[in-house]
Amino acid sequence: MTVSHEPLMRIVKRGESPFKLKLLVRLAAVLLALIVDALFIYFVTGLDPLAVYTTMFQGTFSTPMRFSWAMRDLASLLLIGIALAPAFKMRFWNIGAEGQVLMGALATAAVMVFYGGKVPNAILYAAMLVAAVFAGALWGFIPGWFKARLGTNETLFTLMMNYVAIQLVACCVNIWRGQASGLGKLNMKTKAGWFPQLFGQRYNINLMITVLLVVLMYCYLRYSKQGYEIAVVGESENTARYAGINVGKVIIRTMILSGALCGLTGFLIVGGRDQTISTTTAGGNGFTAIIVAWLAKFNTFYMALISFLLIFLEKGAGEIASAYNLNDFASDIIAGIILFFILGSEFFINYKPIFRTGRHETINKEVA
Amino acid sequence: MEYAIELRHITKTFGSVIANNDVSLDVRKGEILSLLGENGSGKTTLMNMIAGIYYPDSGEILVEGKPVEIRSPKDAYAHGIGMVHQHFKLIDVFTAAENIALVLDKHEKYDIKAIKAKAREICDRYNFEIDLDQKVYEMSVSQKQTLEIIKMLYHGAQLLILDEPTAVLTPQETEKLFAVMRNMREDGKSIIIITHKLHEVLAISDRVAILRKGEYAGTVETAHATESSLTEMMVGKKVELNIERPDPVNPHLRLTVHNLTVQNAEGVKILDHVSFDAFSGEILGIAGISGNGQKELLEAIAGLQNPDKDSSIVYYPDDDRDSTAEQLIGKTPKSIRELGIHLSFVPEDRLGMGLVGSMGMVDNMMLKSYTEGSSFIADRSRPRHLAESIKDELGVVTPSINTPVSRLSGGNVQKVLVGREIAAAPSVLMTAYAVRGLDINTSYTIYHLLNEQKQKGVSIIYVGEDLDVLIDLCDRILVLCGGKCNGIVDGRKATKEEIGLLMTRLKEDQEGGVA
Repeated sequence: MTVSHEPLMRIVKRGESPFKLKLLVRLAAVLLALIVDALFIYFVTGLDPLAVYTTMFQGTFSTPMRFSWAMRDLASLLLIGIALAPAFKMRFWNIGAEGQVLMGALATAAVMVFYGGKVPNAILYAAMLVAAVFAGALWGFIPGWFKARLGTNETLFTLMMNYVAIQLVACCVNIWRGQASGLGKLNMKTKAGWFPQLFGQRYNINLMITVLLVVLMYCYLRYSKQGYEIAVVGESENTARYAGINVGKVIIRTMILSGALCGLTGFLIVGGRDQTISTTTAGGNGFTAIIVAWLAKFNTFYMALISFLLIFLEKGAGEIASAYNLNDFASDIIAGIILFFILGSEFFINYKPIFRTGRHETINKEVA
Repeated sequence: MEYAIELRHITKTFGSVIANNDVSLDVRKGEILSLLGENGSGKTTLMNMIAGIYYPDSGEILVEGKPVEIRSPKDAYAHGIGMVHQHFKLIDVFTAAENIALVLDKHEKYDIKAIKAKAREICDRYNFEIDLDQKVYEMSVSQKQTLEIIKMLYHGAQLLILDEPTAVLTPQETEKLFAVMRNMREDGKSIIIITHKLHEVLAISDRVAILRKGEYAGTVETAHATESSLTEMMVGKKVELNIERPDPVNPHLRLTVHNLTVQNAEGVKILDHVSFDAFSGEILGIAGISGNGQKELLEAIAGLQNPDKDSSIVYYPDDDRDSTAEQLIGKTPKSIRELGIHLSFVPEDRLGMGLVGSMGMVDNMMLKSYTEGSSFIADRSRPRHLAESIKDELGVVTPSINTPVSRLSGGNVQKVLVGREIAAAPSVLMTAYAVRGLDINTSYTIYHLLNEQKQKGVSIIYVGEDLDVLIDLCDRILVLCGGKCNGIVDGRKATKEEIGLLMTRLKEDQEGGVA
């Protein structure tokens, strides 16, 4: 008969972890990530790890301009995350942010194309905003209504709505560009509908609105009656009905809100950042934002931190690739290792491993 | 004496909570051992360590006299230990035989014919009734449980652990299970059964081991035990096992249910022309085999069902006031509330319907009252005060009033739910299986709370499964059978046999002359 031992390692759930422990685990994770990354950099790419880390850091921090660009990209990602938070908190799998953002962007662009220079700027901005919010809300309302009334699967529904939005944008871009090879910036001469510059950049308006929405959405989900309804519906529809909540109404209302905020993001991207539109205006942020929202458990302040981490790694990877003439994959691996360790550390905040101590062997000997 | 399993000085902690502290107990070969203890006394944790779900912090386990390490359920199987959990570990879309195949070792061949033959042999030996080709989702709870046991026996289990197997069974199904358990004992198998029902402990087991607050309180021969001696060991002090029944004071009509018919999604009548009255200051018991319309009856009154058109549920406010009677059919829980009618409802599914598991006590307090006030922001100060007072008055054990209620033990969850429903100052209080899974102390707390409400003039509708309790607690008992009201008996005069008969056999005049 084989002798069985105490397991080499077993996993035990921790109680409530103190703040100090959480901080320690996370710092350890970053340190470990840098060490493993250093091994990868040294042995696989043959570069100096410290130099590579410096370059990576420079991707975001080398110049004020770089930092400003990072913030610009962070704003787009974070805004979509904020828009998705109420839907996901309701356990409504809104995979359609990409499409909802594009619809908002398309509506904004359409107003710029048709009314740019023909109406005063203030009215133009208002029209762009209203059109974008309405278009995004519509793209959220449709799957919400079908889910509430007919019980359709929202994951597939919202996903497919993305493709409809992409094709609509492609179609409009083709019409608007006419004989030109590309669409280029809209209203290039009149700059009608372009956001005014604030501290030297048009997209600084986007940043300010993002900060405002971080706070507003946090309060909405945490303190408002509607936020409470969203939480109850997300946990159990049965409980919601028992409490007298009209589940269908909450689903539709929340999806209109989620879609409208995505539409708003589209408006800000076109008016404040790109001044043009293409099928890649949302740039995959509609999907990355799902990760942002879930990792932060819908806390918008955590979402800001996670968005920053993702943008920092993305910029860093890009910088490494160009500075050392590295293959994109290698730089992505370097960034990926860091992300892996930071996310993996969450496990050790909730669980702790216990290693074999030899305690059982001694007890057995005593018995014998 | 030969032992199937011996536990020595087992300790297990979760964070700062000590679930088991230095527990030593043993199970003889060929015996049925009851494991008794209040909620949170560490019974399930202890069993999970034998079954390989948890690993003890210290102590050792001996199987047939040899020390063993049980690191996983697989190790447990290898040592002939099988556990049937409260929540079954079955795959719904598989047939019974396919589920049995899941426990095959990786070296064994998947031969469904051979599996069925061997499973059938086990069924014949112990007298199990099961269709091996039936899909699990088509099975009743009792059939699923049978399948779990067969699965364990198929895997060669010599020691079976059953975690509250009777909580979900009817009296008849329980009898069947006990017969099978006795057959297994004859065959030399050892069984550990966890149950809260003392009469079952006395009926089925050879010995009773008792845990109290995570510690071992002793083992007694069942032949020398009584309900009150076991309770005393379990609680640590003498408990009065009599349920009070104050006489109704000045009862008047509160609810009239007439011709209530509810159909399910398939168009089957779950409730069929049920009519009865409920009075203030009385407890009306609802008896019946589970699934005979009890859930739908309470939900229909609460506004959560869509009864047929000719149904009627009329609510009468206090008769000394000049307010009008209200028809409740066609109203939602919200519109009933807006009429100023306080219907309180403690549903059967506590965490899936009555409470939000991931929320703390505070947020759960406001579940039915969060809309109050015109502000966009929800008021949390009153729910916080309510949570504090319920925690103090009912002795809810929780680290904080913001700890998710799903982390509380079953008894504490029920205290939170009942506390909230009573705090709403109801005029009608409906409870479904209010003491299911609760220990003796908490059960008596609940009975006491219900009696308090009764004396305040609340009309209480109590759906229960324990006939002894129904007869001791209720003023009148309505018996449901096949979705029909099969009679209303006086709780002071009725016998268990009389109610049991009404539960299982429709009266002839109810069958409308058929047969």
